[in-house]
Amino acid sequence: MEKSEHLDLYQQMVVIRILEGRSAELYQQGKIGGFLHLYIGQEAVSTGLISARKPQDRVITAYRDHGVAINCGISAKEVMAELLGKATGVSGGKGGSMHLADVNNNFWGGHAIVGSHLPIAAGLALGDVYQKQDGVTICMFGDGATNIGYFHEALNLSKVWKLPVLWVCENNQYGMGTTVERASAVSEIRQKADGYAMKNDNVDGMDIMKVREKALEMIEEIRSGSGPQFLEINTYRFRGHSMGDPERYRQQEEIRKWQENDPIGIYRRYLVEEKIASEEELNGEDKKANEIVEDAVHFAESSPEPAAEELFKNIYVEEGR
Amino acid sequence: MAKITMRQAISQALWEEMERDPKVFILGQEVGVWGGTYAVTKGFYDHFGADRVRDTPISEAAIIGSAIGAAIAGTRPVAELMTINFAFSAMDHIVNQSAKMHYMFNGQMVLPLVIRTVGGGGRQLGATHSQTPDAIFAHFPGLKVVAPGTPADAKGLLKAAIRSNDPIMFIEHATLYQIRGEVPDGDYIVPIGKSTVQRSGDHVTIVTYSKMLELSLKAAEQLAKDGIEAEIVDLRTLRPLDMEPVIESFKKTNRAVIVEEGWKSFGVGAEISAQIYEHAFDYVDAPIKRVAQKEVPLPYNRNLEQMALPQVEDIIKAVKEVL
Ligand SMILES: Cc1ncc(C[n+]2csc(CCOP(=O)(O)OP(=O)(O)O)c2C)c(N)n1
Ligand SMILES: [Mg+2]
Repeated sequence: MEKSEHLDLYQQMVVIRILEGRSAELYQQGKIGGFLHLYIGQEAVSTGLISARKPQDRVITAYRDHGVAINCGISAKEVMAELLGKATGVSGGKGGSMHLADVNNNFWGGHAIVGSHLPIAAGLALGDVYQKQDGVTICMFGDGATNIGYFHEALNLSKVWKLPVLWVCENNQYGMGTTVERASAVSEIRQKADGYAMKNDNVDGMDIMKVREKALEMIEEIRSGSGPQFLEINTYRFRGHSMGDPERYRQQEEIRKWQENDPIGIYRRYLVEEKIASEEELNGEDKKANEIVEDAVHFAESSPEPAAEELFKNIYVEEGR
Repeated sequence: MAKITMRQAISQALWEEMERDPKVFILGQEVGVWGGTYAVTKGFYDHFGADRVRDTPISEAAIIGSAIGAAIAGTRPVAELMTINFAFSAMDHIVNQSAKMHYMFNGQMVLPLVIRTVGGGGRQLGATHSQTPDAIFAHFPGLKVVAPGTPADAKGLLKAAIRSNDPIMFIEHATLYQIRGEVPDGDYIVPIGKSTVQRSGDHVTIVTYSKMLELSLKAAEQLAKDGIEAEIVDLRTLRPLDMEPVIESFKKTNRAVIVEEGWKSFGVGAEISAQIYEHAFDYVDAPIKRVAQKEVPLPYNRNLEQMALPQVEDIIKAVKEVL
């Protein structure tokens, strides 16, 4: 890996961290409405994973999607503008936090009904196979999502039809306030893939280099025709499920323990120890990331609201109500 | 009598029914340890225990399916769907199973099942999380659909629902939990399938329910300043639908505006106005008006969302048009 690539990934992670912190503030000021699910603590998962994709590889995820959007190449400006519901947002202000998408960047959304995007991911892959394209679909979802029927139907179908999907479970230990143990018959989620005779693995999601390496390997195997594979990535969300979560279900102590493995800290140490970058250089990246987010906030705040006519646009491709 | 919130009223009804009948239990996502996503079941887990306040995985089909099974096996489950938007993930069990089984097996199976859920827009939750699809559920014979608009009705109707032996969708509204009202203490029952007059007036009949009752009452207050007295009929139950108070009121006012939060096409207003024309055609002095959500998936942006949702001004305008 080139140094510039490392610095780019590092910067993406820091941008996500700062952007999420700023959006929490903007939420408290009432500038962001609805539900807001932060990605803080999980940055290495999507940054590592998506760094392993080629441009033709599609990405689809759930509502915890700000970080994924950044990693897919959507600017912090367009993400922030969407959170503020502005016309310049990546979904024109109509989607909001949970519904970011940018087809030009091969990012197929932010989906807010738990598990509903898994069969859609199978379909994206089917579309590629059908049209003899060599893309791999990377489908991300939470641990909680593996308990809904959609998950099982989608995995089964992808295996039966040998669809090029990398199923990625972001196991952050909780679905809202419910631990994996209280909701899933198997606590090692990748075992569920065994039921569909699907090759599976797991990886430490706090270490971006491990995530990236594993993802590179699996994506290329899938591209070479292995059929779907399943990757469980262990991680932790440092913040509540969404804004306003009373967090009665976990102890501060547990959060502190995971924070000792801060994914940004781990990557930093790696870059310095391997003499890829110096502390000063990384501080410089932090500063740049901060500027990127501040520019994004300024852009979003000064952007126009969607025009009233927008309400009736895009209901159908053709005319009709 | 005490002045309490809708949230407290619903919570009280659940609590009292669970105390009264050990066959009643709750199942759903985050109902236990979390205390309910809308804090309705706060404290239940500690008091009633994990067997009677059952946290489920994110498995809507299994929640409703297993509740149906437990109901026909002799218990009285109150299944909670976190929001009505997730009911679509359990639609087969609600529609093809719960609404059919009593009839199809010729009365052998009895389903004392309550599905508590929350609908409504106005909180910038975007298109997938803001729907008011009440009319869809009211389409199916075999299912009862209740949607209270006041704390007292919420308590009384929920108690009635839990004691009923039929499957019932009990639809709460996300932005009504904070409203306050006088609620009778103890065993207070409001019969299912009875509409009621919430405000009397001679000039126009407003037919509404749930959240739109709140808006209709506000509209009526403003109209009164112009000397227009609206009579407001609150449906409370969509199926079985009680048209009697509606028809009675209409025969007096000869004009009606129907206000619902959901989409107009094929909606509650369509049904009510058709029935008024069927039962009171000779009394019609002006075309019946419907106030409803604009025919778009609800957008996230606050301004656009408010443009799409029915407003007090829309009700006032519609009333003035029928007068
Ligand atoms: C079908 C459905 N049921 C319930 C919900 C409410 N809900 C939103 S997020 C969530 C928890 C999901 O947990 P997980 O899949 O682990 O993802 P995480 O939030 O941890 O990223 C629930 C229950 C929903 N959006 N859709
Ligand atoms: Mg999770």
